[in-house]
Amino acid sequence: MADIYVLTTETVVLEDHVSFTLTSLCQACCVDQEQVLALVDEGLLQPTGQRPQDWRFSGDALPQARRALRLARDLDLGLPGVALVMDLLAEIERLRSQLRAR
Amino acid sequence: MEFKDYYATLGVDRAATQDEIKRAYRKLARKYHPDVSKEPDAESRFKALAEAHEALIDVERRAAYDDIALRHASGKSFEPPPGWDSGFEYSGRGPGGMPGQHAYGDADDSGDFSDFFESLFGRGGPQGTRRRGASAGPVPGGDHHAKVAIDLLDAYKGAQRQIVLRMPVVDATGQARLQDRKLEVHIPKGVREGQHLRLAGQGAPGAGGAPAGDLYLEVQFLPHPVFRVDGSDISFDLPVAPWEAALGATVTVPTPDGSVQLSVPPGSSQGRKLRLKGKGLPGKLPGDLYAVLTIALPLASSAPEKAAFSAFALAFADYNPRSVLEA
Repeated sequence: MADIYVLTTETVVLEDHVSFTLTSLCQACCVDQEQVLALVDEGLLQPTGQRPQDWRFSGDALPQARRALRLARDLDLGLPGVALVMDLLAEIERLRSQLRAR
Repeated sequence: MEFKDYYATLGVDRAATQDEIKRAYRKLARKYHPDVSKEPDAESRFKALAEAHEALIDVERRAAYDDIALRHASGKSFEPPPGWDSGFEYSGRGPGGMPGQHAYGDADDSGDFSDFFESLFGRGGPQGTRRRGASAGPVPGGDHHAKVAIDLLDAYKGAQRQIVLRMPVVDATGQARLQDRKLEVHIPKGVREGQHLRLAGQGAPGAGGAPAGDLYLEVQFLPHPVFRVDGSDISFDLPVAPWEAALGATVTVPTPDGSVQLSVPPGSSQGRKLRLKGKGLPGKLPGDLYAVLTIALPLASSAPEKAAFSAFALAFADYNPRSVLEA
């Protein structure tokens, strides 16, 4: 089968220029709404807006959500466990960065 | 095709119970999970673990695998005997879900489990499988996720680069295959490591006239021989001669943007960081560039050079470099 050659012109940096609605975040993560709602309930994602249909997620919600879902699935963790792991990983990263800056 | 010893991958005995297999997998998964592990080969290790677990944790699959394993030693070439799997319910399941949605995390571009696994159990084994689009009507294509390694200088200045991704595509017979896709990608100026580029409409095609999904590329930097990157800050080691450090000097140093003159203050010591404000990665909040001083010592070979060191010693008669070792 021949290779496909694609010319793309538009590239945006997710973290700087993209925001998601609940629906578009679910699509980008390839999961159902309940799973994203559960991540919000656990405080792993923090959308702005009152009702779910008005929610806006920042671009970094996508890698954050995917990471949380991977950890939950691959290590068979509950979401409180995932939240703890992610907090600890962030703390390790902060300490590593402090070490590098010394 | 290489035969894979799934028991060896998990480090368990062939007689291990299902519980022992689960425990072994869990323990190694915690160690090598790419989101947790700093091991350089974590991603490939974890993939191998997940595949071994997937093959052995299901008793039916395990029985089928054991049957084949009896006749093949690990590492030897392997072809499944024709019709060997006719008695197993899972055979011929075909592609599971839409391409790109069932592979492990960010490795979507490199396919799922090995050919060996797929020859035994078909595609669609991995647990993240999700079926979409079973109902009639337009269904938007799924998003694809992959990693892309770029040069620091491309992130510094912005660039147009060609990348090749191995993408699962569904052919006319409905089978998913890996295919190379060449993409011309614009690298935006100032992109940071770990950020993601979104290429709209470059994911999986939609069904029934629905739009295609998007492609997300996680940015990684290729190691640079001189510059190290931490977030938006860049640092590099700047060797200076002992007299330059002691007396001060103006030296020419590299930056990703070309050479600049940098003044080394008198009395500088090893490890001192000299900051070039705003010369790190560009952006709304541009990073800084740090020159980290290292003292380079010239080799004294000629008589005048040795004499210079002797004069040095004489001038610093009271200096004890090993004072830190004395209690």
